[in-house]
Amino acid sequence: MQQPLIFDIKRYAINDGPGIRIVIFFKGCPLSCLWCHNPESIALQPQKLFTQNKCIGCGECVRVCPQQACQLTAAGIVTDPQRCDFAGRCAEVCPTLATEISGYHKTVPELLKIIETERTLFDQSGGGVTFSGGEPLLHPNYLSEILDQCGRNQIHRTVDTCGFVSQATLLEVSKRTDLFLYDLKLMDSDKHKAYTGVDNTLILSNLKALAKTGVDIQIRIPLIKGVNSDRENLTATAKFIASLAGEKKAISLLPYHATASHKYQKLGQSYLHDNLKEPDSTELETAIDCFLTHNLVATVGG
Amino acid sequence: MKVNNINSSVPERGPACEGNFYPETDNGTDPGMNPRIQRLRKQSVNAENTLSIERALHETAFYKENYGKYSIPVLRALNFYDHCQKKTLYIGDDELIVGERGPKPKAVPTFPELTCHSVEDFHVLNTREQQRYTISEADIETYAREVIPYWQGKTIRERIFSHVPDEWRAAYEAGLFTEFMEQRAPGHTALDGKIYQTGMLDFKERITAEIAALDYLNDPEATDKAEELKAMSISCDAVIAFAARHAALAEKMATRESDPQRANELRDIADVCRWVPAHAPRTFREAIQMYWFVHLGTITELNGWDAMNPGHFDQHLAPFYLAEIAAGTLTREQAKELLCCFWIKVNNHPAPPKVGITARESGTYNDFTNINIGGITSDGKDGVSEVSYIMLEVIEELHILQPGNSVHISRKTPDRFLNTACKVIRQGHGYPSIFNPDTYVVELMRQGKSLQDAREGGCSGCIEVGAFGKEAFILTGYLNVPKILEITLNNGIDPVTGKVAGIQTGDPLQFKNYQELYDAFLNQLNFIVDTKIRVSNYIDRMFAKYAPAPFLSVVIDDCISKGRDYYDAGPRYNTNYIQCTGLGTVTDSLATLKKHVFEDQTCNMEQLLTAISKDFVGEEFLRQTILNKTPFFGNDDDYADDIALQVYQDLLAAIDGKPNIKGEAFHLNMLSTTCHIYFGKVMGATPNGRFAGKSISDGTSPSHGADTHGPSAVIRSLTKLDHSMSGGTLLNQRFLPSLLKRDEDIAKLGQLVRSYFTLGGHHIQFNIVDTATLYAAQEKPEDYKDLLVRMAGYSDYFNDMNADLQQEVIERTENEAL
Repeated sequence: MQQPLIFDIKRYAINDGPGIRIVIFFKGCPLSCLWCHNPESIALQPQKLFTQNKCIGCGECVRVCPQQACQLTAAGIVTDPQRCDFAGRCAEVCPTLATEISGYHKTVPELLKIIETERTLFDQSGGGVTFSGGEPLLHPNYLSEILDQCGRNQIHRTVDTCGFVSQATLLEVSKRTDLFLYDLKLMDSDKHKAYTGVDNTLILSNLKALAKTGVDIQIRIPLIKGVNSDRENLTATAKFIASLAGEKKAISLLPYHATASHKYQKLGQSYLHDNLKEPDSTELETAIDCFLTHNLVATVGG
Repeated sequence: MKVNNINSSVPERGPACEGNFYPETDNGTDPGMNPRIQRLRKQSVNAENTLSIERALHETAFYKENYGKYSIPVLRALNFYDHCQKKTLYIGDDELIVGERGPKPKAVPTFPELTCHSVEDFHVLNTREQQRYTISEADIETYAREVIPYWQGKTIRERIFSHVPDEWRAAYEAGLFTEFMEQRAPGHTALDGKIYQTGMLDFKERITAEIAALDYLNDPEATDKAEELKAMSISCDAVIAFAARHAALAEKMATRESDPQRANELRDIADVCRWVPAHAPRTFREAIQMYWFVHLGTITELNGWDAMNPGHFDQHLAPFYLAEIAAGTLTREQAKELLCCFWIKVNNHPAPPKVGITARESGTYNDFTNINIGGITSDGKDGVSEVSYIMLEVIEELHILQPGNSVHISRKTPDRFLNTACKVIRQGHGYPSIFNPDTYVVELMRQGKSLQDAREGGCSGCIEVGAFGKEAFILTGYLNVPKILEITLNNGIDPVTGKVAGIQTGDPLQFKNYQELYDAFLNQLNFIVDTKIRVSNYIDRMFAKYAPAPFLSVVIDDCISKGRDYYDAGPRYNTNYIQCTGLGTVTDSLATLKKHVFEDQTCNMEQLLTAISKDFVGEEFLRQTILNKTPFFGNDDDYADDIALQVYQDLLAAIDGKPNIKGEAFHLNMLSTTCHIYFGKVMGATPNGRFAGKSISDGTSPSHGADTHGPSAVIRSLTKLDHSMSGGTLLNQRFLPSLLKRDEDIAKLGQLVRSYFTLGGHHIQFNIVDTATLYAAQEKPEDYKDLLVRMAGYSDYFNDMNADLQQEVIERTENEAL
């Protein structure tokens, strides 16, 4: 079984499903949303992260790199992407964690052991594990295996998905998932493609099909001013959600924050999103009202 | 949360509304439920901390005339009686609960029989930046003339220092430990419920019966017992007389009072003071006044560490409250007003100032009265009542330094109470701290208490536990565990001073493996602990013989039936604690040595010791490698946590069960209060990358900034230690307010607490602050006078902390969870 890369494991997570949770973040995502706050989650491969202000210029990474990919310059460490093989000797020796490799493997038993350390918090809070990313459904075999193991151990399982996966995979995983956090970004297909890189047809049809299975679904909408906070999009979203089969879906509005800009810097990428703005409180209230007119309850935050 | 305005004197409230708080408004009104409480609070907060020489003058005159005429216990009791008869009384406007230790709020007496302040001390106290106590030049002159000459060479402190052996002095001066009892009397006393059923006249009857039953034929101690019992009886008379003087004064003030409402209040005060403490209280109000007189008596008689503590005050008051509510003689608002008056009374009593080296250890006005709220009853039921909820409201509304407060969350405690307490915590005043009775009952039973007595126990000052009303649990001083490693790495020499501080445990460069290093550390540890205990035992006996506390002995079982003093094994249980500080720092240092020197060979011992001796100057590569590539305590990593567990178990082996002078034993707890700051100052750099002079880790908390995996990893690391083997552990966690925005976040904080306690945790407390606020407070202290910060087992005002303490609060790891 091919093992996915994990880029983060967050304990005491209080915004990603019920109770206190542990969140496993997988690398790899079929979307590349302009506002993505986990830019290191998009690529499936390991990536090198470099934090300039942590670097003390010791040059140890330059010395140990077998590929001679690192170079110490006035602007810090520069890595030649053609030479770097992401073996991570540089990160091992870096004394300040200025250089890090994003993406590591955990076997299913190793991951289960980590999840189990939070058992008492799960028991006390009605929490559990949340698989997020990236897109966890890009790794269906591994994901199904760990979901089955968690199920056997009576740990509540949440999967956070963008919905852009094969329907068969989604439905197979749904058999071993207690709750889906399902992202809906934009109802207009062209706009969706422009902002996320993909068409939303599959996402919408997958959500319809998933709702029919009866599994619990919470809809998450990242709310970005000037992108999807207009009444037209919200009304279309509300209508679509209202039409879904099964119980009324709870909706979480996640107001956009520009908190991830430093992550782009670490990846050596530019952050070109000056046109993205946080929604103000009036817009949040308008959005909540809009859902309410379709008998849907929307709340702000996880 | 429902918010009410405070314009009317009787604020509106819903019948079962939770968190019915009356916050500070921006219309210039001070916090408080009504104008009376607002005025009293304001007066208390703004009162200057002053020194009163009245007690010292009375005592000196009394000793000059009477020393040698009586046995020591009777002399002490008569001295106490004399002062109660003569001291200046104070009944302030608006007050409903009366009595001050000094002549006015925040006027603190001195205790020259224990340690006599010098003229120079007074000048320092008069002018120092923080924790200032003012005293007039005229009073200093009087003191120099009347008090100082008499006590020269006679104080307990001088007698202790004339006795101590050289190796104790060397270790003490190096900062390897502190000694509590060289400045203040052994204290840490909390009461059970007996004074709510037993008046002083009832106690006197028991004492008389015990005297009558003394068997001079067969009991060689009968004479000593008779003297001690006589002293107890005189002490009862002293507090009765003290109350009677208040009754007379209130009556007199009533006749002169033009406001008829206040005149009635003064007559009520007179009635209450005529009844208690002579008799057992009949009403909610009498119960509070009863406790307050007992509190004042104990802190006037002597100067015990950690003032005095009512223990489970809500449980003691609940029967009075329920009966009066049912009878219609008391309303909820009146009960709350009386509790506010009591709270402010405690705040009027700052800790008496110390002298010399101990003054640096604990820079605070806080005298550590800690009200225990919630918990379980002595018969094992949930102890939460409506009074508990009222107390949480009082705490929230008044936000004053004293009394400290804690909530006690057992398996049986309802979530409603926990969540209400967490809402108070969210306000960011730094309290209440949270305790786990399910663990501390086991701790107390392991030390030999009965189940009932253990359940009636709790936390007396910071995190240390005892059987309330039945135990003398004496804190003897802090142990600087990282410093023991420091001198081990220097073969017994203190590298800061170059002087011998311990024994020779071997040249560190010759250690072949980690075990050899660790064994040397253990040898040093055992030597230092034994050195400390020898002197603690000596001091204990000094107090038993020369500074008994007959009044305190009246209210602690079984002093009367044994005919022995509180300091002389009179209590049912007699424990000595050593408070071990810096578990995080010593663990991380040992982990560094083990991994980098003996396993990975990142560096050799000589390189590491050289870097330490240079305070890591020019060694940033090594220091960063240590900081970022070493498993540190608090991350749920067995590599470090196993070392912490080993150190903890070896501390237990060194301390737990060592005999004290009372036929019982020493135990350990893991308290630091603010001593980790002082201990850090006397240390050079440590192997874990900590710079010289920086504070060491507090209590059982991880080193500052070492915990990077969130609070759930911290509680897992902490609970690898068996807390029930200790007499208390301490865990500080700092939370940003952003983690506690919604009610469900508050509930999750409660669930984190439940998780920690399910795993066996003893205590946890949260600082809910943001860094920007703290920096702003450093910039403009006058705008942040109300900013209370909770740290290391107590609350303090941020403004009153020294720069080091402030910096520590700012640096503490912020548990961000996006």
